[in-house]
Amino acid sequence: MIVAFSLFVLCQLIGEFLVRLANISVPGPVVGIILLVCWLSWRGEVPADVQRTSSGLLTHLSLLFIPAGTGVMVHIHKLRVEWLPILGALLLGTLLTLIVTVLVFIAVSRLTGAGPAADAAADHAS
Amino acid sequence: MRPSISSIWVYLSASPLLWLVATLWAYILAHWLHERSGRNPLVSSVSIAVIALITLLVATGTPYETYFQGAQFVHFLLGPATVALGVPLYTHLASVRRLFVPMLAALVAGSVTAIVSSVGVAWLAGADILTLKSLASKSVTTPIAMAVTQQIGGLPSLTAVFVILTGIIGAVLVTPLFNALGIRDRQARGFAAGVAAHGIGTARAFQVSDVSGAFAGIAMALNGILTAILVPLFARFFS
Repeated sequence: MIVAFSLFVLCQLIGEFLVRLANISVPGPVVGIILLVCWLSWRGEVPADVQRTSSGLLTHLSLLFIPAGTGVMVHIHKLRVEWLPILGALLLGTLLTLIVTVLVFIAVSRLTGAGPAADAAADHAS
Repeated sequence: MRPSISSIWVYLSASPLLWLVATLWAYILAHWLHERSGRNPLVSSVSIAVIALITLLVATGTPYETYFQGAQFVHFLLGPATVALGVPLYTHLASVRRLFVPMLAALVAGSVTAIVSSVGVAWLAGADILTLKSLASKSVTTPIAMAVTQQIGGLPSLTAVFVILTGIIGAVLVTPLFNALGIRDRQARGFAAGVAAHGIGTARAFQVSDVSGAFAGIAMALNGILTAILVPLFARFFS
């Protein structure tokens, strides 16, 4: 666990270093994801320790949002004043995103001939 | 002389230990309620824990800064947990290469729609610039969304709330919406849930089928990366 955790924070650190070096405004941990995927591709497999530590962190990912989420108490006033535009943006934005994504996915997979042929088979398997 | 309970409280309420323990137990309680509800997306563990903690902080007159001294140890783990998303991404990437082109097209279309539609609606409805900046990355997983908001000068804690609400809305909408539209392709349905509603949408997709869940997981990770690149670009263009 310690080795895998050290690997994750190392990827994050190199990510933070690279985004500052390249002067791009992408979060360091996101570059860390790409570094980790590259390392895993180079290894050709996910070591058991890395798999366990990743699952451990991701199973309880919602715990990690709580400190920041609680920070909303500082912005209660903002939510009270702007609840209508915010709620409208969240509802309409999510609805449109779902529809556009699903329609583009289906249209392009038909165009490229990669349609849902394997879908029925995969369903039975699961 | 034995110290009074109130003097011990004064000491503990200012110490990081108390608020670290409170954060962990608020989560455990909320997680238990979420499980008991049959993982109902409306009974979100983050919302319950946040409401419980805010009630406690307001009742005891504790400022957020004091609370965060303890909670920062949990908060710090967001970075390594974001990097850890690389593991499921790698696992899924190997299994879904066949659908690379439709996934890429849907990802770009969905990612741009998520950013433009939410910021656009809020702008038309008269939200201020800080709210707009905090809304832009609301469709992606919280650690990435907060980091993006930080980068462009919004309010990360406001983004955390928007992300969670988006996840709940997406998870509640996805099944009835796609049934009404007559869309049966499980890969497309799962992928859309992951793009629009990150981890909460992914959890919902896994309840429907493993195929949907796997596609939602990869969509969530890819949209996290793409949004982290697009939002700062849009922010620079509009400012």
